[in-house]
Amino acid sequence: MAFLEVKDLQVYFPIKGGILNRTVDHIKAVDGVSFEMEQGKTYGLVGESGSGKSTTGRAIIGLEDITSGQVLFNGKDITDKKTKNKAFRKDVQMIFQDPYSSLNPRKRVLDIVAEPLRNFEKLSKKEERKRVQELLDIVNVSPDSIFKYPHEFSGGQRQRIGVARAIALKPKLIIADEPVSALDVSVQAQVLNFLKEIQSELNLTYLFISHDLGIVKHMCDNISIMYKGRYVEQGSTEEIFENPQHIYTKRLIAAIPDINPKNREEQFHYRKKVLEEYTQSYDDYFDQDGLAFQLQSISDTHRVALPQKG
Amino acid sequence: MSNELLKIKNLSTSFRIGDEYYAAVDDVTLTLNKNEVLGIVGESGSGKSALAFSIMRLHTKAKIEGEILLNNQNIVKMSNSKLNKIRGDEMAMIFQDPLTALNPLMPIGRQIEENLFLHNKKLGQQGRKERTIELLNLVGIPRPERVYEQFPHELSGGMRQRVIIAIAIANDPELLIADEPTTALDVTIQAQILDLVRELKEKIHAGIILITHDLGVVAEMADRVAVMYAGQIVEIAPVEKLFANPLHPYTRSLLNSVPTEGQDRLHVIQGVVPTLKNLPRKGCRFAERIPWIDASHHEENPELHEVESGHFVRCTCYEHFYFPDNKEEQANGVS
Repeated sequence: MAFLEVKDLQVYFPIKGGILNRTVDHIKAVDGVSFEMEQGKTYGLVGESGSGKSTTGRAIIGLEDITSGQVLFNGKDITDKKTKNKAFRKDVQMIFQDPYSSLNPRKRVLDIVAEPLRNFEKLSKKEERKRVQELLDIVNVSPDSIFKYPHEFSGGQRQRIGVARAIALKPKLIIADEPVSALDVSVQAQVLNFLKEIQSELNLTYLFISHDLGIVKHMCDNISIMYKGRYVEQGSTEEIFENPQHIYTKRLIAAIPDINPKNREEQFHYRKKVLEEYTQSYDDYFDQDGLAFQLQSISDTHRVALPQKG
Repeated sequence: MSNELLKIKNLSTSFRIGDEYYAAVDDVTLTLNKNEVLGIVGESGSGKSALAFSIMRLHTKAKIEGEILLNNQNIVKMSNSKLNKIRGDEMAMIFQDPLTALNPLMPIGRQIEENLFLHNKKLGQQGRKERTIELLNLVGIPRPERVYEQFPHELSGGMRQRVIIAIAIANDPELLIADEPTTALDVTIQAQILDLVRELKEKIHAGIILITHDLGVVAEMADRVAVMYAGQIVEIAPVEKLFANPLHPYTRSLLNSVPTEGQDRLHVIQGVVPTLKNLPRKGCRFAERIPWIDASHHEENPELHEVESGHFVRCTCYEHFYFPDNKEEQANGVS
């Protein structure tokens, strides 16, 4: 049994219009996405803005209403609203993109980090404070600063406070939605190292949502590429980078700037070639609506969206 | 030298906090040649955007000292009317955020024509429209006649950034300043915009200052790179030299904190970027972020030293620098 299984997930947003403000159409933000996750691994979800990667993450944790499909956590369907699944809420936590807006500016660090504890565990004031200080210690923020407010911290520290809040309840799965894209390079390194450290300590599973392929390559065991609400390719990090099959994946990889200035001309020509290939073979990889096809397995772990044979 | 387009001498840009002025750009000296791309790298708060805004004289309340010579005219001392003449004509800027840099109430065509109208009175209405369509074509916008009539919200982020580039290059500027031109864009669009800037460079022969925090972008685009930290240039070198042989501790730390092949842990720079008010004004400004380096290795008044031709490094601490988790280098460095 898979740790987390997502089956044919669809999230549609209505477009309202007309005199009576009726729903005239839908935006298919997530259009039939399925995947499985194992415990203790990091799964990358990559796509451009508007590809539906954030919506997928938010739908799993329950921040978006699911149009259809199932999310099974340890075999239990958590999309069923009748059974209130409190354990799931505790086991799945989220790290948000922007550390400047994801912490309430009017709350002290103590209250921010203790909020999940207050929701799920009955602790005395003293115990609570001790737990918060322990958590802050884990994320390398001085435990003395529990009475400070978010504005007194730098971006990296704030993001780590966000992480402390996310790990307060010892979750099993953390959905990290662009956790470092608002941070400077050096601070980014700090947060990424730290996420890796606590992963091995707490046996965490990450769903790592990002548009930066370099970071995803560094962090993830498994990568999925998303385009217009559908998966175009899914595989281990090696398979995606060494042997990309879908033309869109190839294009994404070609677009990563090369850190070695000597490869500059090469990269420039390679990118041109890939773009040419992309425009030429666009119809082979996408249907009439410009959407990706169903995923086909090409090896045990590697799946690519290709048209049905025959 | 006739090849010199821009020469910045001892430029300091200070902002007032309370009763005192604090320099965000501190004693920067730079040159930019014609047809050259100079990359300026640094983290937020390093003063790289303050420098760009100083060159364009877009700061309203800053105190600017020193000289900025564009074709031997000093921008710092220039009158506003003269400034309005060369801004958008001889020098132009590509802004970071393509959504806020365009007027949402004005059609794309008119926004580009505005720049043509201000600087090229000879062109009639028809001429301006033709030139605008030509520019839209040049920056790779499909169906320019249609886009001419459209409003910014009807275009995607990448297309908007192209429009901004079109406005900037409308009058064939000699100096083009691009302040984080691709930060707000997706990777594939970023690649397209960078390729476009590169192609344009060949066509319009401008000197380009490219400001970015992305080392990959610099490696792909720049001819020379200046690394800024806390308002100062700490290292400046031709791009190949900088990436093959980075010297200043800050440059090396930055390069090491970017994920590359086969790296398990990323390097973390200790401490935080100092705020404008708390900048250490004496001694090596990077010293407090590398506390394991003996204080005696820093210069009292760090200066830029020319190590190789064209490769300058500030302070002598680079000679003794090592990463604390690298034992081998530690042994070499200390000996």
